[in-house]
Amino acid sequence: MSLAKKYPKEVKQILSKYPPEGKRSAVMPLLFLAQREEGYINKPAMQEIADILDITETDVAAIVGFYTLYHDKKAGKYRMQVCTDLPCALRGADKFMDDLCDNLDVKVGETTEDGFLTLEGVMCLAACDRAPMFQTQGPDGIKYHENMTIDKTLELVRTLKNAIGQGS
Amino acid sequence: MEHILLRHRDIPDLNNIDVYQKNGGFAAFKNAVTKMKPNEVTDVVKNSGLRGRGGAGFPTGLKWSFIDNKNWPHYVVANADESEPGTFKDREIMEGNPFQFLEGLALASYAVGATVAYVYLRGEFWQLGAFLDEKIAELEVAGYLGDNLFGTEYSLKIYTHLGAGAYICGEETALLESLEGKRGQPRNRPPFPPSFGLYGKPTIINNVETFANVPMILAKGADWYKSIGTTDSAGVKIFSLSGRIRKPGNYELPFGTTFRELIYTHGGGVQDSRKVKAIMPAGASSSLITVDDEKILDTPMDYATVRTLGADLGSASVIVLDDTVSMDWLVNKTVHFFKHESCGKCTPCREGTYWMSHLTERIHGGEGSRADVDLLLNVAKQMQGTCLCALGEFSTMAVVTGIERFKKDFDKAVKA
Repeated sequence: MSLAKKYPKEVKQILSKYPPEGKRSAVMPLLFLAQREEGYINKPAMQEIADILDITETDVAAIVGFYTLYHDKKAGKYRMQVCTDLPCALRGADKFMDDLCDNLDVKVGETTEDGFLTLEGVMCLAACDRAPMFQTQGPDGIKYHENMTIDKTLELVRTLKNAIGQGS
Repeated sequence: MEHILLRHRDIPDLNNIDVYQKNGGFAAFKNAVTKMKPNEVTDVVKNSGLRGRGGAGFPTGLKWSFIDNKNWPHYVVANADESEPGTFKDREIMEGNPFQFLEGLALASYAVGATVAYVYLRGEFWQLGAFLDEKIAELEVAGYLGDNLFGTEYSLKIYTHLGAGAYICGEETALLESLEGKRGQPRNRPPFPPSFGLYGKPTIINNVETFANVPMILAKGADWYKSIGTTDSAGVKIFSLSGRIRKPGNYELPFGTTFRELIYTHGGGVQDSRKVKAIMPAGASSSLITVDDEKILDTPMDYATVRTLGADLGSASVIVLDDTVSMDWLVNKTVHFFKHESCGKCTPCREGTYWMSHLTERIHGGEGSRADVDLLLNVAKQMQGTCLCALGEFSTMAVVTGIERFKKDFDKAVKA
């Protein structure tokens, strides 16, 4: 279903933030909206956004390709994005990531067998004093999880699974 | 000392609008709109000595005075992209003391005649964006934002806008491109944003922390603010302290506070009581300050004095490195970051960060030679002064100072 039909209120509200000559500014919030349910943006959605904003589908695809929070391929229900940049690494983030891989039985970039979680390494998330930390990107948006341990992470995974009825 | 910016640490529930108002909130904005001319607000900020807190340290009032009054409308944009590894101060301001930041943004908007302002947040601050939207809605209800404020002709709307994961969007012209719905790639300058900014209109962009200072300066006066800090750098700064430190976190201190006080008095010293080997005062973009002499820790932190150590204070994201950290490892980390974040627009940065990352990986992986280290230094130096924006330049800082100031670490890495 089209964005305009599915989220008429949101689309209108997003467009109202920018002047008519700056309508194109709405491309980023509209992409977040398009990504909300499935966790990635498909071609028809890009075409629709292009039509709403009077730009080309290529313009929209260029935005999707440039920014790391947009995805054009399906992954796990949740993406777990661990910061392993310098300040976090100085506080044990690399080891945390290795341990996570062992516990979740995936390599960085892979999705768990049940299709629930994709583990990714990301750049600095501005939480350097609370490492190890990661963000989850999923149907409930983007959330930070700080001062994490393996136990706390596995507990979080169970909670998230229960919330969407995938608990075992 | 009571906090000036992180006031939520002294006053509980300061992110509640009633609490903020009871503590003097919005008195400065109301006074400015009803009793001051816009350029008078700019003059107070100019006289206070406030310098931009995003890293460049450009005088704030002077920047505002550059706004082109022959071209309208004007915009003000808050840079809340906070992406420098080691920086996490703006997030605390916006979470704990959001109204002071928004009041500063409103004051700046009045000073330059903007009736629309945007807060550009990094996309990862998704929850914070929703929180700020609530606070902005509360301000509209309370009559601090909207049409004909306080019965005057002045109107102001503030909107948030989320980025989507790109360090480069902290560079102000890349931020504007991104806000216009394009890829975040820096523009050629000049023209600078005060004459050609958002949608080609005159625009003032400042960091969140810069705006958060403004209400207090208007409330207490330029002289009060100037009396804090040093002659070179007036006022207070939030130092984001991270790395091999016992108590990492944000510390709001006057400019001129020494590294020693920050690290030992506030940060509780180095983890495992080890020795400080080096300091990066401006996050991953920093030059490495060698701490081979204890006296270096007694250096006061202000823009001019830190420069005498061969580094910049920048955004004051102080990363502490102890003697367990080898610089070939560190440089591999920082170069990997900049390679990932290079926007690809200019050749020196796009190609330079790519080739540097090959070399740092090889050297750190124990497969490098002395010639690789020389080549790495050579590539970094060739990049300097040739990139379109500061990102490319920043990517070379740790490389050059790491190799030149910590030669032994690289000798060891290539021998192993």
